[in-house]
Amino acid sequence: MAAVSVLDRAWDIAPEVSVRREPFGALLYHFGTRRLSFLKDRRLLAVIEHLGTTATARAACASVGVDAAALPSYERALVRLAATDMLRERTR
Amino acid sequence: MSVATPLVEHFARGLDAPICLTWELTYACNLACRHCLSSSGRRDPAELSTAEAKAVIEELERMQVFYVNIGGGEPTVRPDFWELLDYAAERHVGVKFSTNGVKITPEVATRLAAADYVDVQVSIDGATTEVNDAVRGAGSFAMAVRAMESLAAAGFGAFKVSVVCTRFNLTQLDALKALADRYGAQLRLTRLRPSGRGADVWKELHPTAEQQNYLYEWLLAHSDEVLTGDSFFHLAGFGEPLPGLNMCGAGRVVCLIDPIGDVYACPFAIHDAFRAGNVREMGGFARVWQESDLFRSLRQPQSGGACMSCSAYDSCRGGCMAAKFFTGLPLDGPDPECVKGHGESALTRIVPGSEPRSSIDHSRPGVSGGQTVPVTLLPRRPQRDCDEGPLAGFRPRAPLGPAGDSSYG
Repeated sequence: MAAVSVLDRAWDIAPEVSVRREPFGALLYHFGTRRLSFLKDRRLLAVIEHLGTTATARAACASVGVDAAALPSYERALVRLAATDMLRERTR
Repeated sequence: MSVATPLVEHFARGLDAPICLTWELTYACNLACRHCLSSSGRRDPAELSTAEAKAVIEELERMQVFYVNIGGGEPTVRPDFWELLDYAAERHVGVKFSTNGVKITPEVATRLAAADYVDVQVSIDGATTEVNDAVRGAGSFAMAVRAMESLAAAGFGAFKVSVVCTRFNLTQLDALKALADRYGAQLRLTRLRPSGRGADVWKELHPTAEQQNYLYEWLLAHSDEVLTGDSFFHLAGFGEPLPGLNMCGAGRVVCLIDPIGDVYACPFAIHDAFRAGNVREMGGFARVWQESDLFRSLRQPQSGGACMSCSAYDSCRGGCMAAKFFTGLPLDGPDPECVKGHGESALTRIVPGSEPRSSIDHSRPGVSGGQTVPVTLLPRRPQRDCDEGPLAGFRPRAPLGPAGDSSYG
């Protein structure tokens, strides 16, 4: 499983997480860990919002127009959000 | 993914709602800390009613203020405190409350441990009875320790142990951390401000220049384990910035609601000059936050004044507004604890007694921060001192990449 990229897995925003839109992007707050994260980018917010309805994070990125060159930075952001439990893997 | 504007600059222009809000529920306090930033002691007859406090919680929910730092005074002495705590949880507004421990019995601790959306911060100001009680009053250390024992025994998890750094407890940083560790808690260090009764004792208690350097090094070495509420950004002038936004969040990402509903730019600025409005006014808190003249002006680019020519200005941004104001220094000049020493020399030009004083004082009769009335000599009221107040306790780490990370604390 560790070999499968975060981009090729399915994710949801963790149920303990609240999302607040801001002009620069969004604030995410996790009520369980009491951790705050900043999304510095509106498009990243759009990716996050599409995770629940797409089969993979890669599909979520594609659906909001993230191009191949930008994909690695989104991947890093998603890894970080997953590592802090802001995102939780969806298993069927 | 262009990052045209650094995140901190977005924050400096203000957000639609605070990231972090301090709400002091009452000026009443069972203790009488010499450095109490809100000069607490007696309840104000005009404090928000239960219904008004609930209306504020509803508004915070609408604004998506994720959580509030509740303090006082000692918030748990409000008879409706637990009711308000439950109400906030139902509304998904997280609460971290600061307490001196007076009401944290084993039963209360068990209840708190079972509650979602609640975090607890126990205030002490020394690792030993002697150092703590000299500031917070006789018996206050033992009371806090009982509360910490109760929280640990109830399995609360990582509650916070909050310490205002003074000349006398900076020698105890390792011991303070060991104390927090013993209870599975996390240490939180904040800066002593010359606010409230703190103005009376600031010169006596604030860390020496050498101690500030030591504190800076210690914080760098423990940056992953210790919270600071972004309190020490003036120390960034030493070099590498400490974790956090390293900016003054007053009126931009933080503010204070006081017990009578007055909204101030930050918890350390209870003075008419920093009062933006009142939650009882038309439009409530949201309107004060979004439209008050004071907050709008704080969100404009600020002048660095005399600091502009200093090589450290980009790091420290001139330091803490409240610390400057209450020591009589101009807001566009150096912080009184400027690590380059500019504050110290500026302070020599301030005529003692000419510093602005807040007219808002709920100290009990006979209580002042000054040396004339050491709390330890007041056996009639052995358990006074006020909780240091819940500093806007957020500590975002420098955002890297599109997702920045932070832990509130």
